[in-house]
Amino acid sequence: MFEEIGTTTDGDLIINVGPQHPATHGVLHLVITLNGETIRKVEPHLGYIHRSIEKMCESLTYRQFIYVTSRMDYLSSHINNHACAMCVEKGLQIEVPERAKVIRILLDELTRIASHELWWGAMAMDLGAFTPFFHAFRERESINDIMEETCGARLTMNFIVPGGLMADIHPNFQKRVKDFIRLYKSKFEEYNEMVTGNVIFRNRMEGVGYLSKADAISFGCTGPTARGSGVSCDVRKWFPYEGYEKIAFDEVIETGGDSLSRYMVRVREMNQSIRIIEQLIDAIPEGEYQAKTKAVLKLPKGEFYSRVETARGEFGVYIVSEGGTTPYRIKFRSPGFSNLSALDQMARGSKLGDLVAMMGTLDLVIPDIDR
Amino acid sequence: MWSLANITNSIHEALNNQFSAGWALFFEMLMAGIAVISLFAILGLVLVLMERKVSAWMQIRLGPNRVGPKGMLQSFADTLKLLVKEGLTPGGADKFLFNFAPVLAIIVAMLLMAPIAFAKDFQLWNLNIGVLYVSAISSVSVISILMAGWASNNKYSLMGAMRSGAQIVSYELSAGLAILSVVVLTGSLSLNDIILSQQNGWWIFKGHLPVLIAFVLFMIAVTAETNRAPFDLAEAESELTAGFHTEYSGMKFALFFLAEYVNVFIVCCIGATLFLGGWMPFHIGNWQQFNHIMDYIPSSIWFMGKTFFLIFLIMWFRWTFPRLRIDQLLTLEWKYLLPIGMINLLVVAAMAIGGWHF
Amino acid sequence: MTDEWLQETLLNSFPDLVFEPGTEWLQVTVQSQQWLPLANTLRYKADMDFDFLFCVTCIDWKTHLAMVYHLRCTTTQLHLVVKATLNPLNPEIDSVTSIWKTADFHEREVYEMFGVNFKGHPDLRLLILPDGWEGRNPLRKDFEDPINMIRL
Repeated sequence: MFEEIGTTTDGDLIINVGPQHPATHGVLHLVITLNGETIRKVEPHLGYIHRSIEKMCESLTYRQFIYVTSRMDYLSSHINNHACAMCVEKGLQIEVPERAKVIRILLDELTRIASHELWWGAMAMDLGAFTPFFHAFRERESINDIMEETCGARLTMNFIVPGGLMADIHPNFQKRVKDFIRLYKSKFEEYNEMVTGNVIFRNRMEGVGYLSKADAISFGCTGPTARGSGVSCDVRKWFPYEGYEKIAFDEVIETGGDSLSRYMVRVREMNQSIRIIEQLIDAIPEGEYQAKTKAVLKLPKGEFYSRVETARGEFGVYIVSEGGTTPYRIKFRSPGFSNLSALDQMARGSKLGDLVAMMGTLDLVIPDIDR
Repeated sequence: MWSLANITNSIHEALNNQFSAGWALFFEMLMAGIAVISLFAILGLVLVLMERKVSAWMQIRLGPNRVGPKGMLQSFADTLKLLVKEGLTPGGADKFLFNFAPVLAIIVAMLLMAPIAFAKDFQLWNLNIGVLYVSAISSVSVISILMAGWASNNKYSLMGAMRSGAQIVSYELSAGLAILSVVVLTGSLSLNDIILSQQNGWWIFKGHLPVLIAFVLFMIAVTAETNRAPFDLAEAESELTAGFHTEYSGMKFALFFLAEYVNVFIVCCIGATLFLGGWMPFHIGNWQQFNHIMDYIPSSIWFMGKTFFLIFLIMWFRWTFPRLRIDQLLTLEWKYLLPIGMINLLVVAAMAIGGWHF
Repeated sequence: MTDEWLQETLLNSFPDLVFEPGTEWLQVTVQSQQWLPLANTLRYKADMDFDFLFCVTCIDWKTHLAMVYHLRCTTTQLHLVVKATLNPLNPEIDSVTSIWKTADFHEREVYEMFGVNFKGHPDLRLLILPDGWEGRNPLRKDFEDPINMIRL
């Protein structure tokens, strides 16, 4: 890596973006070959925040390992926990109570909105507009407050346990969620005025970072990144879990394949999440919030795979069990890892400033990539 | 009426009574120098605080509010911090150019102060080619940026400097054309004459649509020339970390920072002088009563009010717009602003010949 | 398009395949040297079209290594899990980077974590581990790091 610093034989400039760089939102290291301002090649170097969570999980019990997964994609930590709990439940064939399922979905969608809000602000900041970041945080804070009240934490919630939830929701939960929906709806127009409708913003996004549908599939892109290229891949629609099949919502698909399409998918997805929450918030069934489970969980010998749609795409958990109290091998299929691999293809031939916009629309969370 | 001119005149007389003419001139120059340097310091403190307060207001937060009453001493504390910080020079840097660049930036900013009329009869140097002088000197500022970028021995700095070179050189054309349209109408390059020609109304009102267009062009061009967002490609925080001043720290960085704000102040002074009548009060046609009341407001207040209004506009741009890309930036200049500016200048010339303005 | 149909069609072209019964998705074990032709068939054969490789895993079974490929067809949403057994001393398998571009990163990850050598990979370098990493592959079962690993 360090020999590469300098120039290539044909006079291209090689610069290191990262590991400490304001645009990478973490410790991602990109080695970029530049010809003037035009990008020739982008080479990601990972591992600056790799904690080998997969190895760590091999020595943690099925109750313990869920908490580690919050630290991967910390912006949708609740959804990560959800996938892991579902995988353990699949292995043990635990039937989760209806109430727990609905609350899980509600919190999933709130997490998704919170994650997209942060992305929206950070994306605008990548393009040089600072103000939207603070406006996005106004709404995000109220979600965090709801989370804090119910889960006891603002970022790494760890509210889900195999078999249901850690505790019941706070009595204020429904009221505060409804307050949030009102706040969100009153402010949503502001988002469009401030960023989506801005001429400079549209010029920076349109036709930039094109990813074709075939490439999106081949690179294993999922989530808004793939849906911006016209790939229908929403896990909630195709392989519904926890009763998503009973809820009316649309899978947001844009066919442009450029940065603007990926942007629009995320913005519209927030509205769909609001729609899901509105349907469920008054329909939380009464009953238990946790199924009866044994104190020590032992998964039967076998292999279990479960997946969910996080804010960044398809997150999969693959547990290989030997019948003990800890997993023999665990693999996390993180969406960011595959999405990042498409960056080189997208960035070639565009300007350095656009690389930042593309990284913004990929919504990279580095611990999710490095695991 | 209270006026700054009375003070300067009495000082001038006192000095001439006390000393010979040569010594009096020397002392006057010394005082002017001290005045400019202290104005610099005050501007740095005020504008940084203003920027932070304006951005806080736009970003629905409070901004600095801990140091001093309402956080007013915040920028003072920042300056103190920058003063005591170590000024590092990178190992591979060209030491002379690296250390000289911020000084050059500040010298250019200082030189630009000379022909500006801050109030009625209050001007350091009543230059008969003031407009030309300002355009000529302001283009030197790009050299300091190129120097800093090249001498830093850093690729981000180099790219920032190269971008800045392309940007400033192109946008100077638009700024020049916009300034020329007022010069054509006035028939003089002296800033003082331009202000006096606006006694019966500011050019932005007298000059119909063409001068309004020239004003808009001017504002866009000077925003680009001072490297302010949305044209801050030379710094481009999210792309080039800090652009041409990536490697600077301590007081050397502070000088660049100060030069940026002083440049903003100066271009706004020029804008206020050319288009908004400088220190001329706001008059409406034959409303004698109204005009009389307006005359009571001191000319320095008028000038500063207009200047700070324009500074606020530029800050408003910065905190609302995303940044342009380098090719879009140059497209905007060469394909849109420059042709518009040229045609506009022709229209203004026709207007001036026909005497169609008020 | 069902799992049974898939099983039959695959057995016609590759009689050596071993299918595992009673799993959530159709599971098949392949000889490591047969993996590349099988992958080509799965990807390009008409009405099979497994265009989405969503998970590449390696498992260290102490006696041998096993590669697990999770495949999906984005049109029929059919799933297939392909497993291949590798020799632990000299693990080698054909790279499928040319078929699924996502395999590039996933195979590089497996290469450094398990030491599997992917034949035909265009750029098999360390991705996550620091340059000049010497020593064993971290996700192997016999990997021990007394400083950084915490055992409960």
